[in-house]
Amino acid sequence: MNVRVLLLCLFWTNQGLTQGFSGLGTDAVGYAIADREYQITFPQDHLAHPDFRIEWWYITATLTGADGQEYGIQWTLFRSASRPGGEPPETIWADPQIWMGHAGLTTPDRHFSAERLARGGIGQAGVTGPPFEAYIDNWYMRASGDGIDRLDIYAQGTEFSYQLDLQANGPLIFHGDAGYSVKSPEGQASHYYSQPFYEVSGVLILPEGPVSVTGDAWLDREWSSQPLSADQEGWDWISLHFDDGARLMGFRLRGADTDFTSASWIDADGTVTAYGDGHLELRPLGLSDVEGREIPTEWQVIFPERGVDVTVSAMNPNAWMDVSFPYWEGPVDVAGTQSGRGYLEMTGYAAE
Amino acid sequence: MITLKTILSHWRRSPLQFLVLILGLAMATALWSGVQAINEEARQSYDRSAARLTEAALTRIEGRNDTDIPLIDYVSLRRAGWLVSPVIEGTLATGRDEILVIGIDPLTAPTALSAVFSEGNDATPQFLDPQGVAFVAPGTPNELGETGPRLIETPEIAPGVMMTDISIAARLLQQRDPSYLILALDQPSDLPRLEEIAPNLRLADSPSADLDRLTDSFHLNLSAFGFLSFAVGLFIVHATIGLAFEQRRGMFRTLRALGTSLPILVAALVLEVTVLAAIAGGLGLTLGYFLAAALLPDVAGTLRTLYGANVDGALSFRPIWALSGLGIAVLGAWVAAAQAIYRVINMPLLAPAQPRAWALASVRSLRLQAIGGATLVISGIGFAWFGGNLVTGFLSMAGILIGAALVLPGVLSMILTALTSRATSAKTEWALADLRIQLPGLSIALMALLLALSANIGVSTMVGSFRATFNGWLDQRLMAELYVRADSNDQAEDVRAFLLPRVDAVLPVSFTERSYQSAPIWVYGVVDNASYRDNWPLLDTVSDAWDQLYADEAILINEQMALRHSLAVGDPLSLPNGPELTIAGIYSDYGNPTAQVIISSRLLYATYNDIEHQRTGLRLDPADIPAVTEALRSEFSLAPDAIINQSDLKAQSVAIFDQTFRITEALNILTLAVAAFALFSSMLTLSNMRVPQLAPIWALGMTRANLAGLELVRILCLVALTWAVALPVGLGLAWVLLAVVNVEAFGWRLPLLFFPADWARLLGYALVASFLATLYPALNLLRLPPAQLLKVFSNER
Repeated sequence: MNVRVLLLCLFWTNQGLTQGFSGLGTDAVGYAIADREYQITFPQDHLAHPDFRIEWWYITATLTGADGQEYGIQWTLFRSASRPGGEPPETIWADPQIWMGHAGLTTPDRHFSAERLARGGIGQAGVTGPPFEAYIDNWYMRASGDGIDRLDIYAQGTEFSYQLDLQANGPLIFHGDAGYSVKSPEGQASHYYSQPFYEVSGVLILPEGPVSVTGDAWLDREWSSQPLSADQEGWDWISLHFDDGARLMGFRLRGADTDFTSASWIDADGTVTAYGDGHLELRPLGLSDVEGREIPTEWQVIFPERGVDVTVSAMNPNAWMDVSFPYWEGPVDVAGTQSGRGYLEMTGYAAE
Repeated sequence: MITLKTILSHWRRSPLQFLVLILGLAMATALWSGVQAINEEARQSYDRSAARLTEAALTRIEGRNDTDIPLIDYVSLRRAGWLVSPVIEGTLATGRDEILVIGIDPLTAPTALSAVFSEGNDATPQFLDPQGVAFVAPGTPNELGETGPRLIETPEIAPGVMMTDISIAARLLQQRDPSYLILALDQPSDLPRLEEIAPNLRLADSPSADLDRLTDSFHLNLSAFGFLSFAVGLFIVHATIGLAFEQRRGMFRTLRALGTSLPILVAALVLEVTVLAAIAGGLGLTLGYFLAAALLPDVAGTLRTLYGANVDGALSFRPIWALSGLGIAVLGAWVAAAQAIYRVINMPLLAPAQPRAWALASVRSLRLQAIGGATLVISGIGFAWFGGNLVTGFLSMAGILIGAALVLPGVLSMILTALTSRATSAKTEWALADLRIQLPGLSIALMALLLALSANIGVSTMVGSFRATFNGWLDQRLMAELYVRADSNDQAEDVRAFLLPRVDAVLPVSFTERSYQSAPIWVYGVVDNASYRDNWPLLDTVSDAWDQLYADEAILINEQMALRHSLAVGDPLSLPNGPELTIAGIYSDYGNPTAQVIISSRLLYATYNDIEHQRTGLRLDPADIPAVTEALRSEFSLAPDAIINQSDLKAQSVAIFDQTFRITEALNILTLAVAAFALFSSMLTLSNMRVPQLAPIWALGMTRANLAGLELVRILCLVALTWAVALPVGLGLAWVLLAVVNVEAFGWRLPLLFFPADWARLLGYALVASFLATLYPALNLLRLPPAQLLKVFSNER
């Protein structure tokens, strides 16, 4: 077993492992726990929360190139504490924080992914500010000015790189109860807010050359110490931009017996309505064979409260993040009662 | 079954012969398998090294001047997109021993490197534990105590090495900055240049990237010795088995006459040889194991000093090694017995058993053998002349050695014939003629002796030439009386300013490391001082080399550089990022694997900016050394080993040199011992067979004491003659070693020097050894009952 796989188990649950992994779900002794009463405040909550076990800065963008082609990119920085904080480490190298960057670039027929790992404490990766900057190696998500309304992001893999400017034209969105997002009937929860209103312009560097692109981007910020319950083995998550300006974030956590769903409806003006378990229905329609796994790359998304019944289908069913701890993440097209574009993430699908 | 029993009964009647056979084969197997065990152990160590990063063929980034990498430089490189991974490496004293601690960062390390952390599933999750885990070779004692990491044993780690997370290494070694960085194979395109991010770092090949190639020559050397010993041992076996078969001719004839079919007889004989070989092989393996265990620390020392290779000093037992050792013992015995068995197959059923006939028949083949031998010698010389690489070097040595051995009986026979014709007394004439008849029986042993003597002369001449040259070179090269190493360039400036009024001359050692045609090269700058003009050992030069050098027109290069890039005096050479200069001289630079050039100090500073000049050589009256040392110590805080005087430095160098050849000399002596044993076994064989020849002489009035004395003298003469033949053969070998093998293996050519005193001593050893080997048979002759001599006449076969 590769050491990296084990390291990454700190980030997620039993993905790719056998049943019964319980690390993230239950045992959070020594870590801070998400608190319903907590008031998210800025700028400090844009930064890292080292007392919590895991955290991420997660950008997905659906893009259209000057060549008329559709693209999607992902830029993510994960933070994971390998042990609860406490006394300062004896050497700078023994910092408990581990950082992981993932970058993806999807075209209709190709998908690129890249990964970077770093330990905290030495300046190779981290989040600083204000002005806000999240970085690992030469990848960065950098704000100009206060807050995170204007971002400049960059990532590089062996075959690709991209540099994009993001400009928010709407407010930050707080999921669940003012940012307290419940993940299971047992009450596991995280702090979770988003910026779903970025307009994007920039350049993708593909093996055959640069492409200018424009589009929409979505930032997710989430931190927690026990985001999943013991029996949950993975999740399906969507973020959709509808053509009428509304947005929908929804996820389904797959438990051994029952699934747990949650959704946020975001009006075009930024008004958000949170829906707890049982409102949103995510129904797999078509399976694709991806990397030896049966993965549902086509979904029916039913959300009766908002009159939504759409088909969400992957732009490229092979949007497989081939990192040391792999998962599916890629752009989707929306058709049905609404139309639009968005991103889909699916974790925890075991190989056949 | 009966057949086998009958055949084997011979050994019960000749226990000494049995002992000789078993011991001979055992000694041969011991030397061969011992050398194999050493080689295998070393190879395993290299493989383990290759699996870990220090010796992995990964490109590194190092600090110029071998400093640690500032942490900020590492982070800057990562943040510029360079895929590099930090390593903190250092030696840690643990109780009695020390251990090399290698701390890697599995998060950034190339996958192959972090693979070791995958060993043992239970271990991996604790990798990031604050106490942590460390991987060590099996059997490594835990001497770090409670505060140290939990040790996990894995065969993938070389002994004396601890591999762990960089945070553990940082804590154990109290070191924050990486010792070096390793560079992943795939780097993103369009990276900013290294010089722009961290001008004080440089790309360097892994220090042991070509460890295999370097050590190959050494192991080839050992293997050659092992094989030589084995060959010598086979001569013993051949002689003994030949004798045993001859003595049993009557028995075979009787067995056949009684109805034993030829296939059954041959099968029984093959079985007998196989069983004997297995017994001897087993004994030899045991001996070989102990031999290897005894020699291994020396070998490890040699490999460490010579190549920087880490080899465990303890030997592990490998079944495959034992099997192959037994296999070669059996195979060797079969080869040695093949001729004898072939004779049995072709033996006319009713022919009388006549040992004499065998001896005489062999004389006929002498000429063929000599022609074959001469061909081998000539092709050996040809290999040396036209080959020019390591393999042809060794082929050449094999050709010369084996060829000379084959020619030997013919040469000795010629000499004896010539001497016989000049003999003045009947006794001398008889003695010489009888010796000639004895020759075929003794030739095998003498050939073995020739091999051992030639190898001995060759190797000791090579080592002696090397040592004499090296010492002379050291005397010249270490011209300063005192050497001082400051902690930093700045301190060095202060040291030199302080010393200037106190000594005759201050010679700063200034250099920078660059790369020339993608290989590292050290550029040294020298100040104009008579010390260099008078002493620097130049192999080839123009008359005003130093004037040209100080006029910034010329450059001096070391021999390694000249050989590697095929450069000669007068050729132009462009300095890396510098002007083009003319090569004005080539200097010898023993013990240094890298290319090196010398320019004027002024030009060095004008061309490069990152120059290390921490070291300084001082010319002064040797009487002032204690005072100057004392003054330096009180003025500056220098490391204990920062000041070293010439004689200590010389002693250190010579000690390293001696270490290098210790194993060669040990094997040399062992080979000679095996050869002496071969002589002993042959004499034993002959003394039993020669009674019929001696009886008439005894009957003519020579006493047994006379005969025994004559026997001794004649053998000593033969040995002396063999030595005389071995001398030119050995010198030929030395020439091949110096002019071909050394150049290929080390990159320097050495003059061939002669050491007559050594040769005389070797002759003395050979005579003493053969005297001892002949003593027992001669005493036998002395005590031979007259009745047995008389029996020769009554017992006409």
